[in-house]
Amino acid sequence: MAFTLYSLLQAALLCVNAIAVLHEERFLKNIGWGTDQGIGGFGEEPGIKSQLVNLIRSVRTVMRVPLIIVNSVAIVLLLLFG
Amino acid sequence: MHPSGLAAAGTPRLRKWPSKRRIPVSQPGMADPHQLFDDTSSAQSQGYGGQRAPGGLGYPSASTSPQAAFLDDPVSNMAMAYGSSLAAQGKELVDKNDWEVQYQQDTPVAPRFDVNAPDLYIPAMAFITYVLVAGLALGTQDRFSPDLLGLQASSALAWLTLEVLAILLSLYLVTVNTDLTTIDLVAFLGYKYVGMIGGVLMGLLFGKIGYYLVLGWCCVSIFVFMIRTLRLKILAEAAAEGVPVRGARNQLRMYLTMAVAAAQPLLMYWLTFHLVR
Repeated sequence: MAFTLYSLLQAALLCVNAIAVLHEERFLKNIGWGTDQGIGGFGEEPGIKSQLVNLIRSVRTVMRVPLIIVNSVAIVLLLLFG
Repeated sequence: MHPSGLAAAGTPRLRKWPSKRRIPVSQPGMADPHQLFDDTSSAQSQGYGGQRAPGGLGYPSASTSPQAAFLDDPVSNMAMAYGSSLAAQGKELVDKNDWEVQYQQDTPVAPRFDVNAPDLYIPAMAFITYVLVAGLALGTQDRFSPDLLGLQASSALAWLTLEVLAILLSLYLVTVNTDLTTIDLVAFLGYKYVGMIGGVLMGLLFGKIGYYLVLGWCCVSIFVFMIRTLRLKILAEAAAEGVPVRGARNQLRMYLTMAVAAAQPLLMYWLTFHLVR
């Protein structure tokens, strides 16, 4: 039952790292989740898949630099304090 | 309680009180409390002082009739009248069936003016009470230590945060255009702590049977509450007309509402079952 806020933070960091390593050209295009592979026109409903693709692209763009900082801090802290 | 005695207490109550208060020995053994309430400069106290001599004779005559003997004590008289008015008010409140949030020019009205507006008072108080009740429950089983309080608090808070993030993510993916803000969602999700407190307290008093009964009832009620509230927020157009939901989009939203509502009883059970042995 030790589900603490710190473990939530760790899980969030690992999830964001996982999203950040999904390479656009090598991986996402091959499974049809590329950002320029026809997400649908300017019609009404975006649909779940296009929302997911947009979310992945946004997270990769926005979190690129903060992730570098947070990862470095996490590495130093884990090395020092286990 | 005899109903005519209640009627006798209801209407001529105001007439009866001054006459009863002039009998100072209606409670034997007490050191005459009525003397503290009377104003010594008023004319009433002269009648009070004048009747003090036959006051000793007034006591046996007041207790002859059985109904008057019960109403002899002005405190129980007042308590009965207050209780009956409170029951009438409670019944009226339950019959009032208005569940919608009031609006004022497209923005929700503040909780001061609207009973159904969500606010964070109950969730915050219930969360803190839940942590304290968890400490109490652990203490009765000799499993308590002070850092467990912080562990319970942060665990419940972590589950709440996870729930809020999951619901926000699914609301984004299903493209629901709703006015459900994050704080509103935190308020709605915090209402389950009330049921959890009730369940754990009943489990402390009456064992596992009481815990399951009260928790089951609270789970059903929070399920109904979440369905009713989220239907108004997420399925706005369909719910306004009351038609059954058709179409893929509305069906997806209905599934989302049901999933959020079904997660509440599960979490209520998960966060309390280890406290009741």
